[in-house]
Amino acid sequence: MYVYDEIDQRLVEERVAQFRCQTRRFLGGKLSEEEFKALRLRNGLYIQKFAPMLRIAIPYGMLSARQLRKLADIARRYDRGYGHFTTRQDLQLNWPKLEDVPDILAELATVEMHAIQTSGNSFRNVSTDHFAGVAPDEFVNPLVWCEIVRQWATLHPEFSYLPRKFKIAVSGSAADRAASGVHDIGLHALRAADGEIGFRVLVGGGLGRTPMVGIAIREFLPWRHLLTYLEAILRVYNLYGRRDNLNKARIKMLVKERGPEKFRDEVEAEWAHLKDGPSTLIIEELERIALRFTRPSYEQAPEIELAKSGPIASWVQRNVHAHRIPGYAAVTLSLKKTGVPPGDVTADQMDSIADLAERYSFGELRVTHEQNLVFADVRKAELAALWGELRALGFATPNVGLLTNIICCPGGDFCSLANAKSIPVAEAIQRRFDDLDYLYDIGELDLNISGCMNGCGHHHVGHIGILGVDKNGAEWYQIQIGGNQMPAALGKVIGPSFARVEVPDVIERLIECYLDERESEVERFIDVVQRIGIEPFKERVYGGTPQEPAHRKRRLAIA
Amino acid sequence: MAVLLRNRRIVSDGWQSLEPRRWLQVGEDGLVPDFPAAADLIITPRLWALRREDLLERSGRLGLRLEPEDDPGAFAAELGHFALLAVNFPKFGDGRGFSIARLLRERYGYQGELRALGQVTRDHLFFMDSCGFDSFALRECEDPEEALSGFGDFSEAYQACVARPQPLFRRRLRA
Repeated sequence: MYVYDEIDQRLVEERVAQFRCQTRRFLGGKLSEEEFKALRLRNGLYIQKFAPMLRIAIPYGMLSARQLRKLADIARRYDRGYGHFTTRQDLQLNWPKLEDVPDILAELATVEMHAIQTSGNSFRNVSTDHFAGVAPDEFVNPLVWCEIVRQWATLHPEFSYLPRKFKIAVSGSAADRAASGVHDIGLHALRAADGEIGFRVLVGGGLGRTPMVGIAIREFLPWRHLLTYLEAILRVYNLYGRRDNLNKARIKMLVKERGPEKFRDEVEAEWAHLKDGPSTLIIEELERIALRFTRPSYEQAPEIELAKSGPIASWVQRNVHAHRIPGYAAVTLSLKKTGVPPGDVTADQMDSIADLAERYSFGELRVTHEQNLVFADVRKAELAALWGELRALGFATPNVGLLTNIICCPGGDFCSLANAKSIPVAEAIQRRFDDLDYLYDIGELDLNISGCMNGCGHHHVGHIGILGVDKNGAEWYQIQIGGNQMPAALGKVIGPSFARVEVPDVIERLIECYLDERESEVERFIDVVQRIGIEPFKERVYGGTPQEPAHRKRRLAIA
Repeated sequence: MAVLLRNRRIVSDGWQSLEPRRWLQVGEDGLVPDFPAAADLIITPRLWALRREDLLERSGRLGLRLEPEDDPGAFAAELGHFALLAVNFPKFGDGRGFSIARLLRERYGYQGELRALGQVTRDHLFFMDSCGFDSFALRECEDPEEALSGFGDFSEAYQACVARPQPLFRRRLRA
C-alpha cells in the first residue's frame, strides 16, 4: 500500500477545494450544465437515471482496512448504505446528493483517497494484477510502476483534455491478470537477460463499440524511459486523435487509421525529442516510491496441506491462490453470490471485511477487475478460520473462475447509458447454474455481461459475452463466444439476439454443446470454441432439433 | 478595449485581430488594402503566407493566431517575427492547445507572449500556465477578478512542464 507524502496529500486536498468551488459556481448559476459536466466528470461524478453516481478511485485496486471503513462510513452517511466495485477496480456510490459531493471528497482525502479522473476524457485509474507482489509467476512487481504512472497521470497539465478517456494497465507476470491487451496502453514489465527492468508497450487495445486488442509498438523499453515514452504516445494522441466523433476518439482508432507502423514511427519521432529529457526516471525515485509502500512483515509460517475433501475443499480449490512466500496464500472474497448484484457490498459488510483484513491479511485488500476482493497475504494455517468467517458473511461462494463468477456492469437498473438491464440477467444465469457439482463439471468459464456497447462489463473478452442491445425500445441480448482475457481475444457474435427470459436457456445450450464436444475434462469451454469454431454452438442454439444431451447423464451420475 | 490576464494581472489588450478575408480582397483600384502601419496586429497563417512582405514593412508588432490543427513546427523558423503567438481553444474540452504551447516553448524556443484565446475559463488557467501560456483572453462571461484565483488551484504538479521544467521527483531530490 502506497502511503502519501505531504505533497500527495496537499494535491488531493487542493482538488477538493477546487471542486467545492466549481460546485458552488454551478449551483449559483455561474457555470452552465455543459461546463460543469466536463468538470464534475473529472471528479467521477455522473448524473445517472435516478441520482448522481460518484466513482471513487482505488488506485490499482489497493485498499487499506482504514480506507474501507471510511468508504463504509460514507456509504452509510451520504448514500444508501452500499457500494459497487467496478471492473476498473473502483468503487461506485449510486445515490449521493450532488451538493454533498465536495464533503464526500473531503472525507476521502482524510484517508488518502479521491475521485480524481475516475471519469471524463483524461487518464483513468491505473489498473494492475490483483495478485501484484504475491503471485509466484511474477517477473516484476508492478506496484511501484503503477504508482509512478499514477503520479505522472494525475492532473497532467498537457493531457487533461484528451480526445477521450485513457486507460493504462500494468502487468508483471506471464498470466496477464490485468487484461492489459484491452487497454489504451498496456505495459508488460519484463526483465532482460542482465536483470534490467523494462516494458513491452502495447497500444490501442480497448473494448467499447469497436473492440481491439493492443499492438506492441516496443518490445523492450528500459524503465528509465517509461515516462518520456508515455509522453510521446500521449502527445501524438492528444494532437491527432479524432475530436469530431466520440465513437472514433479512442487511441485505438488513431492506431487503426494510421496503421500500427506509421503510428509507431510518429511516436518514435516524438520520443526522439523527449528521450533522456528531465522526465527520464532515476533510481532514487524508484527507491523513494518503493519505500513509501507498506510491506507485509511475513513470518515463518508453516507450509500446511490444504483440505482436499469436505465442504472447505471446493473453496480452497477455487478461491485460494498460490503465494510466493511459503506458508501464505491469497484468498478471493467472491462478491458473486447468487441473488446479490455482482460487485455490490453493503456498508456493514465493508466494516466486517475491514476487520477480517486486519486480522488475517495485514490490514490490506485489493479490488479485482472481476469485481471481487482479495486478501493477498493470508497464512495457510488460518485459512480454515477465515473460511468460516467469510462463509458467515456470504463471501465464500467457491465460484472464482467459474460460470457464476459473472462480471457485470450496473446496467439499465442504474446507468443512463445502458440499453438493457444486466443485473437481472446475471442473477437468472446464476440461478440456472446453482448446482455446484454441475458448475465444477463445466469448469473454468468467464461469463461477462455489459448493458450496452460501451462494454463496462467486458463482454468482448468473456468466454461467453452477453451484450444488452436496444431494438425498437425493447431490451434484447446478443450472445458472443470465444473471447478471452489472456491472450486477449475478442468474442464472435453467434447470431440474432434474444429476449431476456431466453438468455439462461441459450447459455445452457452453449454449455451442453461444450460438454458434448470436449475431449476431456481439462479441455475448457474456450479451448473447445477455439478448436471447433462457433458453428457447432450456433447450430445448437438456433438450429436443429434438441438432442438428449450426454452431460445430463453425467449429471445424474454425479448426483 | 478588451480585458485580458497577462502575467497574472488584469490588463487591457492593445492587440488588434485581423480577419484575413478583408485584407486579401482586391479593391476597385486593383490593390489589396494597406495594413495599419503602427498597430500591433494578430494575423492568421493564411494572411502571413500571402502578404508577408507588406506585414513586415510596417512598424507595428506582429502576432500569429494558431488553430488547434495548425502544426507549430511549420512556423519554427519564423518565430522571430512574432511578438505574440495566440492559440485558439475552440471548445472547452479541446486540449490540443496545451501540447502546442509546450512545443512552442520547449521545442521551438519561443520566448514572446503566448496567449490562450477562445473557450478560456478559470478552470483551465492552472494547466495553461503550466504549459507555457502567459496571457489569457478569457471568454466573455468570465469575471477576470475571480478568474485570477484559478492560477492557484494547485500549488504543485508531479510532471515536468514549462512552468516547472524539472519533474517533482527531481525537485524533491534537490530539496
